Amino acid sequence: MEKDQPHGQEHPISIYFWIWGLLFVLSAFSYLVDILGFESYTRWTLILLFMLAKAGLIVSIFMHMAWEKTAIIYAILLPTAFIFVFVILMALEAENTLLSRQIFFSSPL
Amino acid sequence: MSQTAAPKTTASASSPGHIESAIKDWSSDQRAFKDVPWGKAMMWLFLLSDTFIFSIFLISYMTVRMSTKVAWPNPSEVFALEIGGTQFPLLLIAIMTFILISSSGTMAMAVKFGYSKNRKITAILMLVTALFGLSFVGMQAFEWTKLIHEGVRPWANPFGAPQFGSIFFMITGFHGFHVSIGVIFLFIVARKVWRGDYDTGKRGFFTSRPGNYEHVEMMGLYWHFVDLVWVFIFAFFYLW
Repeated sequence: MEKDQPHGQEHPISIYFWIWGLLFVLSAFSYLVDILGFESYTRWTLILLFMLAKAGLIVSIFMHMAWEKTAIIYAILLPTAFIFVFVILMALEAENTLLSRQIFFSSPL
Repeated sequence: MSQTAAPKTTASASSPGHIESAIKDWSSDQRAFKDVPWGKAMMWLFLLSDTFIFSIFLISYMTVRMSTKVAWPNPSEVFALEIGGTQFPLLLIAIMTFILISSSGTMAMAVKFGYSKNRKITAILMLVTALFGLSFVGMQAFEWTKLIHEGVRPWANPFGAPQFGSIFFMITGFHGFHVSIGVIFLFIVARKVWRGDYDTGKRGFFTSRPGNYEHVEMMGLYWHFVDLVWVFIFAFFYLW
């Protein structure tokens, strides 16, 4: 094995402090969603918004996805996208199960 | 394995021909991920498979919660912490979230200092990360104990839908297991960095191969992934 210098991910340290701070702020916001007692669609939208923002920051900056080769970005993110198909399928399935339970089990389970 | 081509370091993803570059890499000989160290590529693939496992857990949680006729327990009340007579909703979970984020921050910096060959700071930052991880696991153990005392079981609980218990123990247990494994490996890699194994080319115990500072980055990928999974658990299980 040749003695290759790993040309690693070296970025100014300030970027990590920035992302750290942003993640703190976003987490505080998502915690506030619960404290302030938002309900229903407002609540779910806000939770998803802060969750996706945090996930995006972690993957792109902390895990250095933003600086990776396109080939590996697609190899990782494309299969992940198919999870949403599974989510939709199982949501339909759950609706169906709930409907059956409401029809056939009138007494509380 | 002699690659003489100059490594592309600057923003390969945002350059205009990035679709072309992906197609070129995927249709090339021998390896698809040019310039990506194989260990790192394999770590990413492992994390992809781990993503599927956690997705299946969270999707089964969604299915179970959507299809039950019994009301789901309110996590805001179940995970409230009483301090001096006042109930603080989700307080422990919020602290755990901030701790895990902080551990991700120190880990990211450890990777940076690893590549600039600053052994001491790298090892210290990794140890701090490991200690954050340990305190996270400790708080999770506290939370489990509290809920078990309150009568939460995988098959029943006093708050509502019985599926709540099984989902809680399965998802947080599997995540806690990941954190614990991460802490063990953080100690191992930190020790190697501290001893200078990656500078002297000392061979690894299991692999009999010399390592380098890419191992710190791979360790970092795993650790950030654990943080990433917690982001989703926090949103879907604790806040939803």
